[in-house]
Amino acid sequence: MSPGGTPVIRAVSLVLAHVPSLVRLGSKPLRVLRELDEPIDYLRPHLRDWDAACAYAPNQVFIGNLDVDDFAARPTPWHRHAVAGATRFGPDGEIMPEEEFLGLLAACDGFDLLGLDRDVAGRARAALDAHPVVGRGSGRPAVPDGVSAALLQERIERHRALPLLGVDGRLLGAMLPGHDEDDTLTGQVLLENLACKATAALALRHLLARPGAVDDADVRYVINCGEEAVGDRYQRGGGNVAKAVAEWAGCLRATGSDVKAFCCGPMHALMLAGALVGSGLHDDVVVLAGGSLAKLGMKFQGHVKHAMPVVEDVLAGFAVHVTRDDGVSPVLRMDAVGRHEVGSGSAPLAVVKALYSEPLARAGLTLLDVDRFSLELHNPEATEPAGSGNVPLNNYRTLASLAVVEKLIAREQIDEFVRTRGMPGFSPTQGHIASAIPYLGHARRGLTTGRLARTMFTGKGSLFLGRMTQLSDGISLIVERNAAGA
Amino acid sequence: MRRVEREEHMELRGKKVIALGERDGVPGPALAECATRAGAEVVLTLTACYV
Repeated sequence: MSPGGTPVIRAVSLVLAHVPSLVRLGSKPLRVLRELDEPIDYLRPHLRDWDAACAYAPNQVFIGNLDVDDFAARPTPWHRHAVAGATRFGPDGEIMPEEEFLGLLAACDGFDLLGLDRDVAGRARAALDAHPVVGRGSGRPAVPDGVSAALLQERIERHRALPLLGVDGRLLGAMLPGHDEDDTLTGQVLLENLACKATAALALRHLLARPGAVDDADVRYVINCGEEAVGDRYQRGGGNVAKAVAEWAGCLRATGSDVKAFCCGPMHALMLAGALVGSGLHDDVVVLAGGSLAKLGMKFQGHVKHAMPVVEDVLAGFAVHVTRDDGVSPVLRMDAVGRHEVGSGSAPLAVVKALYSEPLARAGLTLLDVDRFSLELHNPEATEPAGSGNVPLNNYRTLASLAVVEKLIAREQIDEFVRTRGMPGFSPTQGHIASAIPYLGHARRGLTTGRLARTMFTGKGSLFLGRMTQLSDGISLIVERNAAGA
Repeated sequence: MRRVEREEHMELRGKKVIALGERDGVPGPALAECATRAGAEVVLTLTACYV
């Protein structure tokens, strides 16, 4: 053990994988379109190509190419106003094309359950081998050879493999179940888990590839906070995705575990990472999560109804390196963690007081001492067409109302508070990913080379969805400029 | 459903209530608490999450 100290956010990566063919395998499309023989035909007019997904402004913000203030000034709807000069790679990560991602999935499958068509596998291998971060030279497992179309058909018809159909209707591959009689190891469930592992692994490799990044061998603990339940019939959700990802990424001296709290998982995980570093137990901790295949196309009916593209066509992943104070990186304030406690109550005012007023007061601060708040950052262009409202805006207005209640601002200043201390939602509706984390890359830049002094991140989790409690969850964290580097 | 204006009163005493809330709005338990205090019998409490 080292003496410990103040934990800092040393690096952040945020990645997307554009997967239009997998949209039909999202939970909602699967349930709604199960009566159709060819759901992909129904969806096809609304599925975007990679160029459109790459030039989509929210995705460019996600990987750090577009600043949140510039984003707020852009014309809407965003899907009709492509970003000129949009690029695949950004300061925080990338937007990986589908065929390459299929290769990454196969390379992450240690049990040879995912079979890719021979041609698809060949093209995916060639593209992935040239990748700057997860290329052949990164030491990752190879993309396995593909198999014949006849063998894929046999797996589907005789062994209950899940077919993967391309947007053009061609068979791309098939995912075998992991057991004949286990509902937690079906091809569908395993593909969801594999997609989570692959996107988390991509994010971790991006994190480790940064100039000056922590060495693979110095990562000692990994915390996964994704929501996928990896396990089997006897221990559904048993885990441990963190260790699986660390293994794949070559972090040979790491161990880890999964932290679960629905969409609030990332905030719990960051808090725990800060505590591990602060206590001196581990110097270098990585918090990561992969994407949610089940949430692809979650609001697709609204998109179809409004004749717009299904914008929930990307899987997301992130990784955060938490380490000891380096005198430069933004500080994670462990003395001002906001907690929605069991007895906090569920009334909106009680919740925001627990998550904002109480921790800020403990640090001698008010809401006006925070330059930017990051909370639920779901892209409203995904949710509003389906009648789910503008989640970030509603939450920012609730927060501004708290500032009015606390007599920090006048009622007439609510809109200004929301505009200057908030931001438009830009995250794909990927549950735990959308919960505050997507701004962390922007915040890190703003708190080091930019003008920000203090930011606050708040995650909320819908625990009641699991039917074990009526409670929701919430954790808030303050991330601020390093005083030594100020 | 009839729109209830701000100045109108809804008599809940003796009524059965389904408290259907939303996480980012007013959650089910908060609605249930209000309904109970107003004299209603809450028969079901649910909270939805739209994201």
